[in-house]
Amino acid sequence: MEAFGLLLHGFGVLLTGKILALMMVGLVLGIFVGVLPGLGGPNGVAILLPLTFTMDPTSAIVMLSCIYWGALFGGAITSILFNIPGEAWSVATTFDGYPMAQQGKAAEALTAAFTSSFIGSLVAVLLITFLAPGIASFALRFGPPEFFAVYLLTFCSFVGLGREEKHKTIISMALGLLLAGVGMDTVSGQLRMTFGWSELLRGINFLVAVIGLFGISEILLTMEERLALRGHAASISLRVVLKVWKDLPRYWVTLLRSSVIGCWLGITPGGAIAASFMGYNLAKRFSKDKDSFGKGRIEGVFAPETAAHASGTAALLPMLALGIPGSGTAAILLGGLMVWGLNPGPLLFVEHKDFVWGLIASMYLGNVVGLVIVLTTVPIFAAVLRVPFAAIAPMIVVSCAIGAYAIQNAMFDIWLMLVFGVVGYVFKKIGIPLAPFTLALVLGSRAEDAFRLSMIGAGGDLRVFWSNGLVGSITTLAIVLLFWPLIGRAVEHARQWVQPVKRAG
Amino acid sequence: MAKSEIEIVVEDPTEPAPDSPAVTSTRTVEIVVYFLLVAMALLLALDNWRTGMGWEAEGPQAGYFPFYLSVILAAASVFGLVSIFLSRAKASDIFVTCDQLRRVMQVFVPTFLYCLFTQWLGLYVASFLLIAVFMWMVGRIALWKSLLTSFVFSFAMFLTFEIAFDVIMPKGPLEALFGY
Repeated sequence: MEAFGLLLHGFGVLLTGKILALMMVGLVLGIFVGVLPGLGGPNGVAILLPLTFTMDPTSAIVMLSCIYWGALFGGAITSILFNIPGEAWSVATTFDGYPMAQQGKAAEALTAAFTSSFIGSLVAVLLITFLAPGIASFALRFGPPEFFAVYLLTFCSFVGLGREEKHKTIISMALGLLLAGVGMDTVSGQLRMTFGWSELLRGINFLVAVIGLFGISEILLTMEERLALRGHAASISLRVVLKVWKDLPRYWVTLLRSSVIGCWLGITPGGAIAASFMGYNLAKRFSKDKDSFGKGRIEGVFAPETAAHASGTAALLPMLALGIPGSGTAAILLGGLMVWGLNPGPLLFVEHKDFVWGLIASMYLGNVVGLVIVLTTVPIFAAVLRVPFAAIAPMIVVSCAIGAYAIQNAMFDIWLMLVFGVVGYVFKKIGIPLAPFTLALVLGSRAEDAFRLSMIGAGGDLRVFWSNGLVGSITTLAIVLLFWPLIGRAVEHARQWVQPVKRAG
Repeated sequence: MAKSEIEIVVEDPTEPAPDSPAVTSTRTVEIVVYFLLVAMALLLALDNWRTGMGWEAEGPQAGYFPFYLSVILAAASVFGLVSIFLSRAKASDIFVTCDQLRRVMQVFVPTFLYCLFTQWLGLYVASFLLIAVFMWMVGRIALWKSLLTSFVFSFAMFLTFEIAFDVIMPKGPLEALFGY
């Protein structure tokens, strides 16, 4: 129960007027970000990151993580009222959420969405509270070889398990790792890939790339589409909330199943998007009345929302405990940690107890406060969509530029952001995934440092990655995952070879 | 229960027509991107080869990883090219239609100009111009509304970053006039 005491300490850190106020601001901004087209969790957090540069790390992370919770809540509003998923992970919510709104049950659908989001995150936060300290203290024994093996595992699982075409994932990841290497080499002090250009000495900043790739490119993509909307207005009364909550226990199996799926996919780099679809599909498969899904069934709202939020929250677990982000937004929060001078990884739990437990406590509090805010203010946020996109688009561009410039006070970064915006637009349209790129860019130099430190430690002997049971099994697992598609195919072949023999015998 | 009324309606007067002719196909763009990636990979490989891509007694040299990553990047891009040429029969998707490209350019060109003007006028004045002109010209919103919104937004940004949070942005002649 050590975690419990530390958690209480975390609440103590949190309960000051200033932090609570920042929390509210963060949540409201986050809901805006989630509702507005052309903005989402990762870019919202990236754009608003500069606001936190002058804060102390605890206030900063509380505000940023609240923006993230807010964005998760906000995505549901547009899915249900307008049939427009504000976020990719809300797509599955539209399947039953929008039909419910059409039948005049928008308030029920919204309450269901918010409540299940809350439950999903709560399960994931409980997991983080009790699991993360253990993992972190285990990882404290890691040396450079173990860390490199874990990074390798992360990269390989993206290539091996991703759904995109393999060569596209590899392109995206190789490009990210290459760009992470631009600038001064930390081990030898040599300059790499700068081509004598002094602007490149600093390297390519991860956050600038993210703002361009997600923020600017999303605006370009949104402009391509038809922007007219028609939606239902809704306000939630206490009576409806209580009615939905009274029925909640009946759906405990769905809620639990989706929470577990979400937590699992959040920790492994699968993401909230996959989790929401999987939650929905499994709820449908296990239901006695499959045909009623897609026609406004409340379970069809519970399932994807719980899974999406559980996964979005659980993605912070590997980031806190190991310094490896489980999602795009977690990667940006990780970038933030570095800006505030904190070194992400297991040492965080030892050296910055206030910070870590303040963050974990803020996950509890942020979700409770967030639930209350969304339940009471839905009509206001739905009305935000009345604002024409022509007014919102340039404001987002301005916010992106401010964000990109503030990171290093460099005009060059604004241009870089624009270039990444175009790259992101083209990549998204030809199906090159951006998540591996983001991950590679943020972890690239850490992975290389870990590799080269292990080499220096072992005198250049590659066998160090199999030098003990732990590092050996992680490295082997990484290689197996990398070739997983080939192995899967081989197993399939072998089975086809074996089966006819069996039948004959 | 009664069907609920549609209560929020937002029109899109310049929406891209669904039958607008295609500018280019996804396949063409993919080919171009792969060629660019191969070229970039070769350039980076060359640079890292110069830096030193060998293996010393104490582990890899500075250019070792980037060199082999460039090789991987080039290989994956060539694989992409080959697989496109092999699957010639497959019908190609439209990358962008004329109408869509026009709309994308409506954002991209102002954004480009905005970056350019930020260098001379400072970020806040450039932001004011971007928002006002974009709302008025592209969004066809009344001029006074555009100017007002844009002024309020830029000024709020100035207050937030310059005064409340001490985050320094590029500033131009106008800010200098007021002593910032």
